[in-house]
Amino acid sequence: MSNTFLGMPTLPVFGHGNLNATEKFPKAAHRELGDAQLRANLGHATHTIRDKRLKVVAELPDWEDMRDAGSAIKNATMARLPALLEQFEANFTARGGIIHWARDAQEANEIVTGLIRATGETEVVKVKSMATQEIGLNEYLEEQGIAAFETDLAELIVQLDHDKPSHILVPAIHKNRRQIREIFLREMADVDPALTDEPARLAEAARKHLRKKFLTAKVAVSGANFGLADTGTLTVVESEGNGRMCLTLPETLITVMGIEKLLPSFADLEVFMQLLPRSSTGERMNPYTSLWTGVTPGDGPQNVHLVLLDNGRSAALADEMGRTALNCIRCSACMNVCPVYERTGGHAYGSTYPGPIGAILSPLLTGIKSEENSSLPYASSLCGACYDACPVKINIPEILVHLRGEDVDSKRAKIKVPSQMDLMMKGAQWAFSDGAHLNLLEKGLPLGKLAAGRDKVIKKLPGIAAGWTQSRDIPAPPTQSFRQWWDKEHVAPAAVERSQDGSRNTEGEQA
Amino acid sequence: MKIALFATCIVDAMYPRTARATVAILERLGHEVVFPSGQACCGQMHVNSGYFKEALPVVANHVKAFDTEDYDVAVAPSGSCVASVKHQHEMVARRCGDAALEARAAVVGAKTYELSQLLTDVLGVTDAAEQLGSHFPHKVTYHPSCHGMRLLKLGDRQLDLLKSVGGIEMVELPEAEQCCGFGGTFSMKNADVSSAMMADKAANICGTGAELCAGGDASCLMHIGGGLSRQGSGVGTMHFAEILASTLENPATVPGNVQLAGSKR
Repeated sequence: MSNTFLGMPTLPVFGHGNLNATEKFPKAAHRELGDAQLRANLGHATHTIRDKRLKVVAELPDWEDMRDAGSAIKNATMARLPALLEQFEANFTARGGIIHWARDAQEANEIVTGLIRATGETEVVKVKSMATQEIGLNEYLEEQGIAAFETDLAELIVQLDHDKPSHILVPAIHKNRRQIREIFLREMADVDPALTDEPARLAEAARKHLRKKFLTAKVAVSGANFGLADTGTLTVVESEGNGRMCLTLPETLITVMGIEKLLPSFADLEVFMQLLPRSSTGERMNPYTSLWTGVTPGDGPQNVHLVLLDNGRSAALADEMGRTALNCIRCSACMNVCPVYERTGGHAYGSTYPGPIGAILSPLLTGIKSEENSSLPYASSLCGACYDACPVKINIPEILVHLRGEDVDSKRAKIKVPSQMDLMMKGAQWAFSDGAHLNLLEKGLPLGKLAAGRDKVIKKLPGIAAGWTQSRDIPAPPTQSFRQWWDKEHVAPAAVERSQDGSRNTEGEQA
Repeated sequence: MKIALFATCIVDAMYPRTARATVAILERLGHEVVFPSGQACCGQMHVNSGYFKEALPVVANHVKAFDTEDYDVAVAPSGSCVASVKHQHEMVARRCGDAALEARAAVVGAKTYELSQLLTDVLGVTDAAEQLGSHFPHKVTYHPSCHGMRLLKLGDRQLDLLKSVGGIEMVELPEAEQCCGFGGTFSMKNADVSSAMMADKAANICGTGAELCAGGDASCLMHIGGGLSRQGSGVGTMHFAEILASTLENPATVPGNVQLAGSKR
């Protein structure tokens, strides 16, 4: 190997923007759990959507094969991402599009702002996009004097309420229709004061409000669900038709897409057009799929730009255990089945990406050393429902455990004084790495009875274990461990009558 | 068949009656049970908490205790511990760069079964009343623990065995497949969320009117049972092995404080 420095960075460039939580998960979760309305809204919505998903998934006899195919295509994409990006760039450019590369959120925001400024416009319409949420584009544009109008109904609700999205697919999942009516009446200048909370009336109000924007906007900003390397095509998949309006009516179209959103070929789309709608909205097919390849003279936007965003993705790709998190197609199936998400909602996760995928993606993009995000990999009971639901088979529980290991190692290197958890793990290592050690410890079990009350349960534990006893008792330990019983009383079955079996079953240890 | 029992740390120390029931069932079927005395724990708590360095000697100890030709299969009355042995041990060894341990862990993992898996797939038990003399005249609901259900793909093995117990009345648990919220150190690190999950599980259990909730993982049962106890619900939890081991002559003691009609206590 040559020793010449070729100018390649040796340290990964981590992501910034709306990826960093501002407080640790347990604290944020504690607050969100106190919101009974939020829990009721979330419980209702996630149950509805996951039942719908189960129904349409069950219709396909080859669903598991399709998941395998999706996973394989994405793995193949990540294995040669640099080459595919170059191929995509060449094809997109050849069709009259212009590519911009952004290392992080700041660069992407500056590029988009520059492109809008060049048009002389101060208003843009937006198609729902996770990438622009991630980089905080709307807030950045506002600071620069440019107004960005969200056109997706749920994004519009959240934007009007000056709130943050709490779900990838259903950003306003935490609001019910009564709350939405109040927001519209309060924030929409042109709303009918007799507005009711019927869904059709609410949608009508939003449609009227948005139509003026669609017809006057000269610039649109979008994300993309997929980029197809062999043709240089971009895709947006949506349900409301607002995307179609933004992608076809304005003169200038600026798309921001994470570099991981590529698929090698147009033909690969076949798999994902089946996986995505069923996993996300529980529909067989989404209502609107828009595809555009560069510029078509006289038809649609004539200035077509694409900002390819890294913002920590290269760093995630460099993590051998974690890189499959980049396979995510943002369907949100994992959050709809997650018992933790169902109770805390998306805001508890801090980042643009909530739920199980967010718990791995955010710390992968920002680096585990990012203080608040280091609490995210622990925001899971590792029940595995997310892995079962993931259409591209991202083994989220395995990556959560991997990231916990990274976090423990990182803190071990940083902090010299061991934490309570460190000490507990060290003690357990001693007890659990030798049967004789465990036996010695178990001889002290009768002492546990002293801690128990008259009802034979322990109601209060000290230190980090106090979390357990805030809502749960611990049974008083038995007087004799299994191995002590085995050593003393178990006689090989050949030596005893079979009929005595049962008598060994129930006695003694519950006293 | 010579069957090595992996009691698991929590059963060994806190719920010895589950391991004794396991021994009773297997012996009743005419098999020889051995207990490798060097065993301690599968190391799951260390692994799932990110303490890979501390997990290594725990995993090595388990592999050492069970890496012998002295038995045909190993069994544990715990889905999550078996999942750890089968799915985590090789990974821990690999991560710590111990290729020899990784290879031996694969051998041990392949020989290890969860109890319902062994009973159903290997020993051909389909009717507990008939083949094991199981009798348990109580109203029972059942919680399938996550790791058994999702990592080991146990399906309805435990439930089907329970349904075949003499005298039992099984009632369906709403939202049965939802996690109870235990999750090892999750229950301490995220105690609030864990408690909220447990509360919903407990409410679903109480809604069934069952006398107790059965399951296949001592840790989940301790979690659910701890919640039910704190709420003063009177509903207990019990490992399915104890229900299978219960007979007309020697009925198992039912936990909780419900006075039962027809109980032979």
